[in-house]
Amino acid sequence: MKSRHKKLLVIVLGVVGIGIAAALILNAFQSNLVFFFSPSDVAAGKAPTDRAFRIGGLVEDGSVKREGDGLTTRFLVTDTAKTIQVVYTGILPDLFKEGKGVVAEGRMGEDGLFNASQVLAKHDENYMPPEAAHALEQAAKAQQSLAQ
Amino acid sequence: MNLYTFSSPVNFYQLSGKLIPWFMGGAVVLGLLGLYIGFFVAPTDFQQSEAYRIIFIHVPTAWMGMFIYLVMAFWGAIGLAFNTRMSFMMARALAPTGALFTFVALWTGALWGKPMWGAWWVWDARLTSTLILLFLYIGIMALWSSIDDVKRGDRAGALLTLIGAINVPIIYFSVQWWNTLHQGASISLTKAPSMAATMLVGMLVMAFAAWFYSIAVAFIRVRGIILERERQTEWVKTILEND
Repeated sequence: MKSRHKKLLVIVLGVVGIGIAAALILNAFQSNLVFFFSPSDVAAGKAPTDRAFRIGGLVEDGSVKREGDGLTTRFLVTDTAKTIQVVYTGILPDLFKEGKGVVAEGRMGEDGLFNASQVLAKHDENYMPPEAAHALEQAAKAQQSLAQ
Repeated sequence: MNLYTFSSPVNFYQLSGKLIPWFMGGAVVLGLLGLYIGFFVAPTDFQQSEAYRIIFIHVPTAWMGMFIYLVMAFWGAIGLAFNTRMSFMMARALAPTGALFTFVALWTGALWGKPMWGAWWVWDARLTSTLILLFLYIGIMALWSSIDDVKRGDRAGALLTLIGAINVPIIYFSVQWWNTLHQGASISLTKAPSMAATMLVGMLVMAFAAWFYSIAVAFIRVRGIILERERQTEWVKTILEND
């Protein structure tokens, strides 16, 4: 084996070694890399109880209720298996909508009410013109009525 | 003549000199075309209406920031293994452009995040790992400029580049591996793109513009580095005398 090939081998092995080390480190930090917990995670006791954390999911259809002061909003966050009730006082992002993704940061009250200090909208990776979105919606509805 | 001809600085200097105007011209034409498609041809988005149009800058710059890093790591590995002079020079010439693209990607991401998500910045895995990429670029450039001995600097920089290369797949797959606020990839090799065709075309044209620009400026920079490192040679002296 030529010395420069040996060198290349050493470099390749070094990079592989660093890769494995990084994978192990990331695995160890797995829980800290989670940006938000789903309602099912919270129900399973995976979320911290003593400090603030984030929950993420979809805003349940028909659950958004605004209170008289015009700033406080109550809504349900669902991952279709479990739901959590959230209360938030403040301005909501433009993309906050029923049926759309949301991430809320705050604390879990003892009564099971999540008191949010910040609400972020999480949108998906689909980009299309409104007409196409409308057509997809119609198609989904047609499919549903066929299934029934 | 074979491919190895251009691993000699004098040949590469001449070849790159001829290619720069073509790549720069291509970058300008493709950039204007891409922006035209992005801002005037592509349809409005159903969720984000006009605000999504920053994607035509955000995504190509983010791709380029990651890709240039991988190219630098490739040149670093080749340089360390085979001791080829041009490899290290290419790595040094690419770094500022990679850092620039990463910076623009982070900045446009912040401008996009505020109106859509409701926050300029969040510490989710995608954003944090991209910030680490910018710090890696800056760290590598700082390391190069802090070591006066060119050869030692080359090797130290290449080593740091290779160690940091593990960050690129982490950035790319972060949205799959962990819960992130950042959405998943719209474009990937494993599934059909989840965006309208015109939008996709605009984004790809912008991506090619970024490629052409990167090649052009990397060539301009590498020619400067070649002249500096080969200043004792006859051919450089001849060039300088003729100018």
